[in-house]
Amino acid sequence: MTNYVVRRLLIAIPSLLGISVILFTVLALAPGDPFEELATNPAIPPDVRAALRASLGLDDPVWTRYFSWLTAMLRGDWGYSFVSRVNVDQLILARLPTTLAIIGASQVLALAIALPVGVMAATRPYSVFDQVANTLAFIGFSLPTFFTGLLLILLFSITLDWLPFVYRADLTSTGWTWWGEQIRQSIMPVAVLGLFQGAAWTRFVRSAVLDVIRLDHVTTARAKGLPEGSVTLRHVVRNALIPVVTLVALQMPTVFGGAIVTEQIFRVPGIGSLLISAILANDTPVIMAVTFVFAGLVIFFNLLADVIYGWLDPRISYS
Amino acid sequence: MSEALLAPSAAPARDTTPLLDIRGLKVHFKTDDGMVRAVDGVDITANRAETVCVVGESGCGKTVTAKTVLKLIDMPPGRIVAGEIRFEGRDLVPLPPAEMRKIRAKQIGFVFQEPMTSLNPVYTVGQQIAETVRQHEGLSRRAALDRAAEMLRLVNIPNPQRRVQDYPHQFSGGMRQRVMIAMALSCNPKLLIADEPTTALDVTIQAQILDLLDEMKQRLGMAVLLITHAMGVVAEVAQRVVVMYAGKVVEEATVEALFATPRHPYTQGLIRSIPRIDRAASVHARLEAIPGTVPSLLNPPVGCRFAARCRHAMPDCVAAEPPLREVAPGHKVACILYPEHRP
Repeated sequence: MTNYVVRRLLIAIPSLLGISVILFTVLALAPGDPFEELATNPAIPPDVRAALRASLGLDDPVWTRYFSWLTAMLRGDWGYSFVSRVNVDQLILARLPTTLAIIGASQVLALAIALPVGVMAATRPYSVFDQVANTLAFIGFSLPTFFTGLLLILLFSITLDWLPFVYRADLTSTGWTWWGEQIRQSIMPVAVLGLFQGAAWTRFVRSAVLDVIRLDHVTTARAKGLPEGSVTLRHVVRNALIPVVTLVALQMPTVFGGAIVTEQIFRVPGIGSLLISAILANDTPVIMAVTFVFAGLVIFFNLLADVIYGWLDPRISYS
Repeated sequence: MSEALLAPSAAPARDTTPLLDIRGLKVHFKTDDGMVRAVDGVDITANRAETVCVVGESGCGKTVTAKTVLKLIDMPPGRIVAGEIRFEGRDLVPLPPAEMRKIRAKQIGFVFQEPMTSLNPVYTVGQQIAETVRQHEGLSRRAALDRAAEMLRLVNIPNPQRRVQDYPHQFSGGMRQRVMIAMALSCNPKLLIADEPTTALDVTIQAQILDLLDEMKQRLGMAVLLITHAMGVVAEVAQRVVVMYAGKVVEEATVEALFATPRHPYTQGLIRSIPRIDRAASVHARLEAIPGTVPSLLNPPVGCRFAARCRHAMPDCVAAEPPLREVAPGHKVACILYPEHRP
């Protein structure tokens, strides 16, 4: 098992290198110049600008720039933002907790909806409960988050004025009031993300449970005289979790992608909105670092999916 | 522990009420095309410590009958339309689910046809056997696992102490069927229902499993209701045989009487269709088969359901359904060829 994880981590190195090459090339080919801001500043004379460009290595060929980026990165130097003049790693570290808190809470909400609803729907197929759950799930994952987000803002912030529509990282209050305000401003982004994911997963949980519920070993469990609750939990849901957990772990990167849009709508100062503003401002070091962090998360969750898969299913062996 | 298991469960030899007494059982399934009369008036009895074989071809209702005893069919679409299932004199049909659960595994063990899929792949076989024991006998986890190992030893699985830790995929098909038998017997039931326990196994393993069932019956003293389509299996293990055709019982007799003097044309056909090594060597005869196929149970024909395939069929056959009547002591048949059926 440890061997397997180590081997997988080693395989991750070439993947990350490949991803970084592609990212760097795409950014180099993209129109716009990170130096644009300084270039349009009339206070800086052209010769100073040229000297600055040369000292920053902006005129070097792409591969030279890539290798200097890579060596700096490996030494732990992630560069600094052209726009905010702050080190990129500090910028990311300051915003990552917010993103993780919002995404974490929304995923917990999604699972808290999807697991019970999906299992209940599958154990009573084609019942009224199943039909209603299915319809709501269908609506839930058909509506994009940017639409439901605006809808919620319109309803709860503008019409009813119950919740703030801008997420603030600089809350001045302390203690319980801080927690209260934190929760109040998190409700809408968490709900938008969580309900969307929850809807998609409800349908998946339902079909996974339906696949298991017809298997022979479930009849065996009934023939053993187990109560229906134990049969469902121990012999149906436990087995159905294998594909569900894999899917949840594999979908995590998509969730981070969805969070970018949601963060933008609610002005949540997470790394998603950092990426958007960096792209708009041509802030290459930040774009590079944030996308790289996303790539790392994709690889990490893939590995996590495989490890959990093996833990849930004894038929998988890692030797 | 092992002494208690090896002793026959009870010795009520004087008790003459049958252990299992199925009377007039009708199980129908609602489908999009209409009502399928899978079991349409079946009587089967099994006495204590007796082996009864229910034989018939695919789709004759034998598996549905067996599963209905423990109410393991899906209801809906299935429904017990009529009849009684008396176990030790008590009718199981009206029992609420909670009471039914106390019968399952504790009083009546069940072995399924497919050992490859009948065990849950994510638990060790020890956990799965122990789960049954814990449910019915309230043993501790430790004691239940010990019982599981004990049961594996009883069904001749080598290294039982180590094998309880193994998952089903680490066992072969024959070994998994042994595990299923160990699980079905773990609470020392009075009746074991085995639904085609050897059909999914290859021939050499089939014989071993049949021998094991017989050995278990000798040691534990339970009755066995064995569902099969193979006349060879019947000849090997049965004491009494019930022949089913299209949802009905057509003949019932002791195994000796059935093979010596089969009465119903269907039973005669079944016995003629057994390949025989002695004949094959001397007579260049083709193996006999029963012509035609089983009638649809959606709209079963009026009268005798076998009439369309019967070589002795006559006009009266399709007039009314022949009831099951005794034609010799302990030998019942549902066919108007016999004088008992004439008015």
